[in-house]
Amino acid sequence: MSGEHPAVRLVDGYARGDTDLAADDVWALEAHLEACRICRDRLSASVTAQTPAVTALVGTVWSGLEPQLAGTAPAPPRRRRSAWLSGWLTPVMVPWLAMVVTVTLLALLLDLAGTGSGAVPPVLLLAPVLPVLGVAASWSRGLDPAYELTAAAPRAGLYLVLRRTASVLAVVVPALLPVGWATGVMAAQWLLPSLALTSATLALGGVVGVTRAAVALVAVWAGAVVAPTLAASRPAPALQTGGLPVWALVLALGTAVVLARRSAYSVLDAHR
Amino acid sequence: MTTSTTITTTRKDHHLMSAVSAADIAPTPYAWEIRATGLKVGVGRKRMAVDGLDLTLGTGVHGLLGPNGAGKTTLIRALATVLRPAGGTLELLGESVGGRGGHRALRRRIGYLPQEFGYYKRFTAREFIEYMAWLKEVPKADIPGAVQRAVERVGLADRADERMKALSGGMVRRVGIAQAIVNDPAILLLDEPTVGLDPAQRLRFRELLQELGTDTCVVVSTHLVEDVAAACTDVVLFAEGRLVFQGTPDELAAAGGPEHVGDSPLERGYSALLQGPGRGRGTW
Repeated sequence: MSGEHPAVRLVDGYARGDTDLAADDVWALEAHLEACRICRDRLSASVTAQTPAVTALVGTVWSGLEPQLAGTAPAPPRRRRSAWLSGWLTPVMVPWLAMVVTVTLLALLLDLAGTGSGAVPPVLLLAPVLPVLGVAASWSRGLDPAYELTAAAPRAGLYLVLRRTASVLAVVVPALLPVGWATGVMAAQWLLPSLALTSATLALGGVVGVTRAAVALVAVWAGAVVAPTLAASRPAPALQTGGLPVWALVLALGTAVVLARRSAYSVLDAHR
Repeated sequence: MTTSTTITTTRKDHHLMSAVSAADIAPTPYAWEIRATGLKVGVGRKRMAVDGLDLTLGTGVHGLLGPNGAGKTTLIRALATVLRPAGGTLELLGESVGGRGGHRALRRRIGYLPQEFGYYKRFTAREFIEYMAWLKEVPKADIPGAVQRAVERVGLADRADERMKALSGGMVRRVGIAQAIVNDPAILLLDEPTVGLDPAQRLRFRELLQELGTDTCVVVSTHLVEDVAAACTDVVLFAEGRLVFQGTPDELAAAGGPEHVGDSPLERGYSALLQGPGRGRGTW
């Protein structure tokens, strides 16, 4: 053999099916052929030149196959986009996406219709609920039929949880930004409670299941923030700028718990 | 013609000596694919569905047989590492399961078909298996080839590009089997895989099981005794969370006598073993 490629003699001998080739030569040659395009071409040329019997045989097989191949329908075009998307959202989340857009638009409409100048912008009350519902939808037994397969996969666990949460936020936050801007609410005022509740859902979800955690936190939000706000027609203390450090603390705590208990997301218990 | 025949045989002989990678010939660092000692797995708060199980399984097809509610599904889930053992030890491919950690590397070598096989109706069979291959961290470049191989092995190549809602129950089941084998697992766990398959498909499925069992540790849970007789090298009889019997199908048949209930020797062996001391008889 010369340097990088096998000798012509060896390739020709192989093409003829010579029996006097040493077994280790043949082995090395085949290992090389598997990886080397150039030598496969050389082998092909050598077969054509040296063994008309083989060429004739291949020709017969081809002419036998061609009518069948002509009758085979070409493979249908592949849909690449949905495969990419399902890496980020569970395939059942499309209805949820529609819901987010609808709710956001409703919040904007309600606000523009003017529910009174002293009233609290609806975006402030709704913003934290949307990502929580989204996280629940992305990790729930009821909404994801393949939850058990997902939980058993190597990719399950914190990585997939964060990936899906990130994609939920990537939809919710840009949808809410223009609405918040149009209603004149400071971004931190709704963004911080949103992120805090999202991380709290995941943290609690590792213990009791993400869906249950989401339901509980939405209930707490409705009882402790939305109801007093609507009753008093002015923002509850938690919604005012003084409440922001508390939300930041909740966010930090939630994130810390999620990271500390990351193995909880790779078993079935989180899918409740 | 003689020349071409000689060439073909020579080629075939050569092909047997094709290059192998180091990973293919590396010795396994474990004696058994699955090894459980005193394994306990809980369901709900208090009940132990698997209660002190000692079991070793190697390469081959193992039929996990037992009455409904014996804890078969719980055991399979524990083997799939989605339920954590409450006690005892469980070693899969030499790696201890339980405690912390997601067993990422281990899970790449496990194939799992759950009893309730949920799927996405809008996906085609191929898209679904591709998605599962992605979840199983099959290298991106290998996914199309691996999916095609899996689809061909379950005989769905001609229907792979149809949406799953258009497939029959038996075909959906075969997609389930295809997604389980797409990552070429060393441990394959199938929970009631023959439900929904017609007799011809069951025969084909048994052939596939035997083929897979030559180099894989396959655990098939079933309550159909005839599945075990046809396809399994080994029977594991399981009742009330404990191992009742482990042996070949012939040994199971030998355990029963003419006085036991059943239509075939295997069924008689099955009912004889389940009626052992301390077990109620004549109840559902």
